[in-house]
Amino acid sequence: MSIDHHPSEERLLDYVSGGLGESWSLAVATHLALCPKCRNTVARLEAMGGGMMDAAEPATLADNSFDALWARLESEEDEADSMPAIAGHAGKIDLPEPLRSYVGGSVDALPWQNMGLGVRQLLIPTADQSTARLLCVAAGRPVPEHTHRGEEVTLVLQGAFRDSTGIYAAGDFQEADETVLHQPHAEKDRDCICLAVTDAPLKFRNLAFRLVQPFIGI
Amino acid sequence: MRLARRVVDKDRESVLDEFEDLIVAIARKRDRAAFRALFDHFAPRLKTFFMRGGLDPAAAEEIVQETMVKVWRKADQFDPAKAKASTWIFSIGRNLRVDFLRKEKRPQPDFNDPMFVPDPEPDGFEVLSVAQEADLVREAFDALPPDQKAVMTLAFYEEKPHSEIASELGLPLGTVKSRIRLAFQRIRSGLGESV
Ligand SMILES: [Zn+2]
Ligand SMILES: [Zn+2]
Repeated sequence: MSIDHHPSEERLLDYVSGGLGESWSLAVATHLALCPKCRNTVARLEAMGGGMMDAAEPATLADNSFDALWARLESEEDEADSMPAIAGHAGKIDLPEPLRSYVGGSVDALPWQNMGLGVRQLLIPTADQSTARLLCVAAGRPVPEHTHRGEEVTLVLQGAFRDSTGIYAAGDFQEADETVLHQPHAEKDRDCICLAVTDAPLKFRNLAFRLVQPFIGI
Repeated sequence: MRLARRVVDKDRESVLDEFEDLIVAIARKRDRAAFRALFDHFAPRLKTFFMRGGLDPAAAEEIVQETMVKVWRKADQFDPAKAKASTWIFSIGRNLRVDFLRKEKRPQPDFNDPMFVPDPEPDGFEVLSVAQEADLVREAFDALPPDQKAVMTLAFYEEKPHSEIASELGLPLGTVKSRIRLAFQRIRSGLGESV
């Protein structure tokens, strides 16, 4: 897999510091599973965070802080330290962790919601205010042309799409905002499956699509 | 000056080597003395770290305790070839802070996943150890110009996206972004990479 499009360094910094919301972190972390280069950047940033923490002036802890902790560990020891065995991977696996834990199963088994125009989606439950969804765009079909009211990131998982800014294949991470008008097209040979995160509804050029938008939740 | 610093660094390194050993001892032998030593060093520093990010002392103390519980329980997952002790403990504390402040999970890749794409084989020479690389990153960080350093430091302490840090500092977002990018360039060149 050769990845040409990566998250910005600022986004990786927010991921490492913990400032990035869950939906966006899901997209970044799933990219990291596929991208040794960005993992390397993240490892350095974590080393930086660790260095900062380690260089902090020691604060005074509450009285008996260690003893209280130790008592707690002893009382919980039984349920404690054995790690659950890694679940056997039954069946076909075609989505990487941590995404798979959120949607479960392989692509074919997902409860897709048909949106018409060759697009299917699956909303992914996350605890932040943003929206994460899987999109499946049929081979050769376009996503209706749109701009963005906020930010949008798209991580390609299968197939590829193309828009005015380039070609995005499996592992590629696209970042778009208010300034970007685009019409992504799935490449012809294969359906394109993406993880898309947005913080506000998209703005479609096409009036017909704008009319149905409230009903399909995109 | 340079000599003195090197001596200090060397001392520091020998101390830090022991922290990695302590975690390994906890994993292998459930060693209370090792855990106590680790706690005595890191717990007070974690508390400061959380308090600088705006938590009150009681909340900071609570997350320190949770962090050290995880250190004890997950010690067998610590790999000294992959991270320094401080890096590993920082990342545990960071995840717990996200959970505490926002009630969110913090998704992470899973090295054991069959779809995980492993690192390429190192291309031969000049592979830095984790500890060497972390020290170079820290040196490059210490040498950052004050405006870049301030933005990076706040980003780590505050557990907020840099866009919010921008408004806190009263700076345009573009300025914050360019400082972050410049800081990245300097850190890369500190590691001897072309920028
Ligand atoms: Zn990448
Ligand atoms: Zn878009």
